[in-house]
Amino acid sequence: MEKFITFTSTAIPLPTENVDTDQIIPARFLKATDKQGFGENVFRDWRFNKDGSTNNDFVLNNADFRGSILVAGNNFGCGSSREHAAWALSDYGFKVIISSFFADIFKGNALNNGLLPIQVSEDYLNELLTKTTENPSIELTIDLEQQILKTPVGKVSFKIDSYKKMCLINGYDDIDFLISKKEKIETFEAEINY
Amino acid sequence: MGKTLFDKVWDAHVVDTIENGPQVLYIDKHLIHEVTSPQAFQELEERGITIARPNQIIATADHNTPTIDQHLPIKDALSRKQLQQLTENCRKNNITLYDLGHKYNGIIHVIAPELGITQPGMTMVCGDSHTSTHGAFGTIAFGIGTSQVAQVFVSQCLLMQKPKKLRVNVNGKLPKNVLPKDVILYIISKLGTNSGTGYFCEYAGNVFEEMSMEGRMTVCNMSIEMGARGGMIAPDETTFNYIKGREFAPKGDNFDKKIAYWKTLKTDTDAVFDLEYSFDASDIEPMITYGTNPGMGIKISETIPEINNATFEKSLAYMGFNKGEQLLEKEINYVFIGSCTNSRIEDFRIAANYIKGKQKAANVTAWLVPGSQQVAKQITEEGLQEIFEEAGFKLRQPGCSACLAMNDDKIPEGEYCVSTSNRNFEGRQGQGSKTILASPLTAAATAIAGKIVNISKEIKEPELV
Repeated sequence: MEKFITFTSTAIPLPTENVDTDQIIPARFLKATDKQGFGENVFRDWRFNKDGSTNNDFVLNNADFRGSILVAGNNFGCGSSREHAAWALSDYGFKVIISSFFADIFKGNALNNGLLPIQVSEDYLNELLTKTTENPSIELTIDLEQQILKTPVGKVSFKIDSYKKMCLINGYDDIDFLISKKEKIETFEAEINY
Repeated sequence: MGKTLFDKVWDAHVVDTIENGPQVLYIDKHLIHEVTSPQAFQELEERGITIARPNQIIATADHNTPTIDQHLPIKDALSRKQLQQLTENCRKNNITLYDLGHKYNGIIHVIAPELGITQPGMTMVCGDSHTSTHGAFGTIAFGIGTSQVAQVFVSQCLLMQKPKKLRVNVNGKLPKNVLPKDVILYIISKLGTNSGTGYFCEYAGNVFEEMSMEGRMTVCNMSIEMGARGGMIAPDETTFNYIKGREFAPKGDNFDKKIAYWKTLKTDTDAVFDLEYSFDASDIEPMITYGTNPGMGIKISETIPEINNATFEKSLAYMGFNKGEQLLEKEINYVFIGSCTNSRIEDFRIAANYIKGKQKAANVTAWLVPGSQQVAKQITEEGLQEIFEEAGFKLRQPGCSACLAMNDDKIPEGEYCVSTSNRNFEGRQGQGSKTILASPLTAAATAIAGKIVNISKEIKEPELV
């Protein structure tokens, strides 16, 4: 996994609430047996009309908005556990998602792929959505070490599990860690009494 | 302070605790399927790691399988490749696979309980959010991403923060024709789609105690639709009777010993929950959804609420509905009875009981998809197939089918589908399709009438045939 330390980018606002993983990557694109190329179909049915033409009303198709940070409405990533959603967003070029609430499984999947979910208050999010919509050129900075998000709305700290933070900063994943626990796991198994 | 059912099972599975971090949780059973496992196998192969406990893994093909002509080669090349990959991965790693056509094949959350694999007090995971289904047995069961599938492969453990505890109580007498699906749709409509996020939910009260195992599975299945990672119901005699004698259930003395342990798996009277809700069963009616998330549900006799919010309005525009209108009498051309929520034998008995002696409406295309080969066999043996066929219905072969429309079972663009599945997201059942979630009884009644009808006014009681 790529190391994540500090990061600055413009942002793309997506104010829709309850964006589910079926919207992020529709089921018909889940037939692949590897992790590559899902970015091509991220938000497929919002980016393209039924006839395959580009939907110019959708923010990802608006040339004014560019950047590797997605600012999304409340309860982002609900629904299916498909990690393909995190792969698709990452493959498309996103490194950070900011929302006022994330669904559990999506949040874990994102963190396992070096895609940082940052939770902010609802008021902060609404103001940030307004500001990034009005002025696409504003820059947002994330300092993971200090757990600080800096935007024109203000400088705020965000929470992240200290273990996950260590993993992101060093580019580690849970597999390395779990393998190091082999002996403890075997001792546990030998003593199972349920 | 006492412990909750969830605490008891969780605490028994903690291998290690990281300071200010997650816990290492031992996983008893790992269920896998063709869609979310290939990249995990690939990850292990690339890193040269072997699977730790292949005998604790069960595999099936369900998400991406056809529901007709399963004996023929799969037409879609990508789907065929995905299934071949699963077969190959299971063969190489000595994993039991109930492949397409196997007598135990079916939807993973239907087959594991019916084979007696799911048992109280276990921890179970699967790369599928509806793994919460197995919580009906007093099991900690939850969906995981593919990175986590790989983690369980290498260690039979997961790194998890212990979720908070939520209890939903439903007590009282359910009105006639209100099914377990209505109960869970009612709860989600009251609490919303993210009310359970960060929590594990226990369902308690006489309504769940009196439910069959099939009903409890329907309820726990949809826990994820309110954001909860899982749902649980304390095991009791209904649970023990269901498990007894099943293929992989403990046998003889071992079974009695297990029961003694399983009986301890209930929430202590002095245990404390982080959050608790209570509902009166008599307030529940047959439920139906009108929007694009499962929380957007109403009693079938109610009107769509008038909420001024851009996301809400976007959702109604997609569905082609207006604020303040009723769904009753809406013409419906598609009906789907199936999915890991409602494709068990009880669901088909209820549908058959209603359909018996009636005829399917001419405008309706109805897909009846059993959850497993064993359910399909039961449907035939109990004479339900004849009832369905006489009424103009055709049974398809087992699989996830039109619940997520990965295969050819897609609802055409712009069409409504009254569906017993679990998600009404935009395009979930096919691009441009519009899903209306309901119970198997409401779905059956819709197929007969060709429009949405209020089942509580139709018949007296959902007797079993």
